[in-house]
Amino acid sequence: MSGGVDSSVAAALLLERGEDVVGVWMRLVPGGVDTDAPRCCGTDEAGEDARRAAARLGIPFYALDYAEAFGRQVVDRFVDAYASGETPNPCVSCNQHVKFDALLRDVVAKFGGARLATGHYARVADAPDGTRRLLRARDAAKDQSYALYMLGQRELRRTVFPIGELANKTETREIAARFDLPTATKAESMDICFVSGDYRDLVRKRAPRAFDVGPVERVDGGVVGQHGGIGGLTVGQRSGTGVATGERLYVLRLEPERSAAIVGTREEITRTTYELRDVSFTRDKPRGNSFETSAVLRYRGTPLAAAVEVIPDGAILRLAAPALVAPGQAVVFYEGDEVMGGGIVRAGSPG
Amino acid sequence: MKRVYLDHAATTPVDPEVADAMARVLRETHGNPSSIYAEGRAARVLVDRAREDVAAVLGAQPTEIVFTSGGTEADNLALRGVMKARRGLGDHLVTTAIEHHAVLDTARDLESSGHVRVTIVPVDRDGRVDPAAIAAAIEPKTTLVSVMHANNEIGTIQPIVEIGAICRDKGVKLHSDAVQSVGAVDFDTSRIPVDLVSVNAHKFYGPKGVGALFVRRGTRLATMQTGGGQEKGRRTGTENVAGIVGLGVALRVAAERRATESARQAALRDRIIDGVLARVPDAILTGHRTERLPNNASFCFPGAQGESLIVALDLAGFAASSGSACTSGDTEPSHVLLALGLERHIAQGSLRLTVGRATTDADVDALLAALPPIVARLREAAVVSV
Repeated sequence: MSGGVDSSVAAALLLERGEDVVGVWMRLVPGGVDTDAPRCCGTDEAGEDARRAAARLGIPFYALDYAEAFGRQVVDRFVDAYASGETPNPCVSCNQHVKFDALLRDVVAKFGGARLATGHYARVADAPDGTRRLLRARDAAKDQSYALYMLGQRELRRTVFPIGELANKTETREIAARFDLPTATKAESMDICFVSGDYRDLVRKRAPRAFDVGPVERVDGGVVGQHGGIGGLTVGQRSGTGVATGERLYVLRLEPERSAAIVGTREEITRTTYELRDVSFTRDKPRGNSFETSAVLRYRGTPLAAAVEVIPDGAILRLAAPALVAPGQAVVFYEGDEVMGGGIVRAGSPG
Repeated sequence: MKRVYLDHAATTPVDPEVADAMARVLRETHGNPSSIYAEGRAARVLVDRAREDVAAVLGAQPTEIVFTSGGTEADNLALRGVMKARRGLGDHLVTTAIEHHAVLDTARDLESSGHVRVTIVPVDRDGRVDPAAIAAAIEPKTTLVSVMHANNEIGTIQPIVEIGAICRDKGVKLHSDAVQSVGAVDFDTSRIPVDLVSVNAHKFYGPKGVGALFVRRGTRLATMQTGGGQEKGRRTGTENVAGIVGLGVALRVAAERRATESARQAALRDRIIDGVLARVPDAILTGHRTERLPNNASFCFPGAQGESLIVALDLAGFAASSGSACTSGDTEPSHVLLALGLERHIAQGSLRLTVGRATTDADVDALLAALPPIVARLREAAVVSV
């Protein structure tokens, strides 16, 4: 339970179904530390909200400490990614390494829980062949299945997403109101939960070298300006490179070893082929190693026609039409509403 | 599910006689003890009677008892009050590595103010303070020594009489946080050479939010808060009449039952200690084997994490704690266990079981059946994935 309305309602729905429910809140920042992320779900204040919601539901509640795992697996990875010219996705890291790894393991192995329920907007369904399928939420506008693509059968068999079955956020709030949950009117959480202001300040503090000034170059090597550090740049972004050439230039590639930013026109930066690493599948790996898919390149992004070829240490993504996705971002393979798998765009992909 | 409560060191249920006495006060006596008319005098009588009861159990005079809001305030008042009253004459405070945070953090706070120097004396593997180490730590400018009587986490009882004799010999005041021991074991200030003693009602079946500080006659104590001058100016503020009455009754009842309860609980404690050591592989008993509170059985289980133990036991129907209740929710290993010389990873697997008046042999049987498989499961979970 994050302290927000979604996980509180998830608990309420399970309780209503007659399940034996235990609430767990994850402390994600060290206790007593003055955090500058006031709306982070892992702060003491959020924990108090979660505790109140659990009390209203009359379920046991535990505040468990995952600050170490979160710091190492999410915050450190976030900083390292920006410092090495990638664009991280902290929600993916948190789901992969904290919620559906450390927490799920504790829930099952330590506390004897049959399943872990979260307030994610996604669905898990039983297929006739006995496998569990990860599906988009009924409410497409709230769908969070993109950030859950790394779940495999092992995790999906132990996971429930009660909120994903609801029609929309209004229904969630109505249920919260019906259970008189104190979180019913709480505001939505922010994008990067552990950063309150500018994420660059965090990266600058933790990886000052990522803010060495460096050259801004065109693809042909011509220097067109200077930038204030690759830690503050994202592939695909337009502003911030300090270049005034009259053309609309976007960051095409970041080369951390020489602090260089390569820029290009819209045409130059979009591509059809990307190499993916850390590729995983929700069900069995596809037969034949090649398949057609609908690729989603960003959270709530539009599905794009693509072909995927699985290679020994990742996959090659071939889009039907050029598009842009930054290294470090997740590409998720869909078949209709079902998530088939996904991977992370490798830095220095062939372009 | 039937619950088994094994965390009497955190707090105890209020004795029915105490609850009745308090309810009577709340319903029938509304006067302010400072008022001179009949209603005020009626309240004053109740506070005075409680003070007499507390003094009698502690072997003290009623004027030596100051009521506070609990153990933490009593500790704060003792340390801050004595150091402030003696400022200019001395600036050195001696305490131990296993004190409750109410003492340790107060000492650190005084130190950071710049007026007080603090020496922290270590303990041995059983959590015992060597009186000779206290003697060696005392300097000409030492004002106060603070040594807890019984530790809240591991139950070890300190050689307070010897330490008191040393302090008296050197002309240094001795404070003892006896929050865990008063009510459970005999603590007679007419025999123990101690100058200040902290007491907390909810540790001996009294209400939460009320405690007392024994201040031996002749001990100068500055006040921490200013106001109407109650408690002879040592702790100002309108008295918590019902709470004070509850404390008085609770301590009197505890003293009456002490002989029988202490022996009965010690037998349950020993069954837990022997049973756990026999049934859980590699279990480590923390604290002294014999010089310990009659109700405390505390352990470390290498390979299991304390927080997980508490959750798993709770889900199985048992209330227990990992170290002190005041630091729960914190996975940092306890300063007490580290002070015993235990490694961090071992100290993280701590479990404290404290029996009480309602604990039965059947409860101990249930615990001894439930605990070993839980520890085994947690140890397994720590090394393999789902």
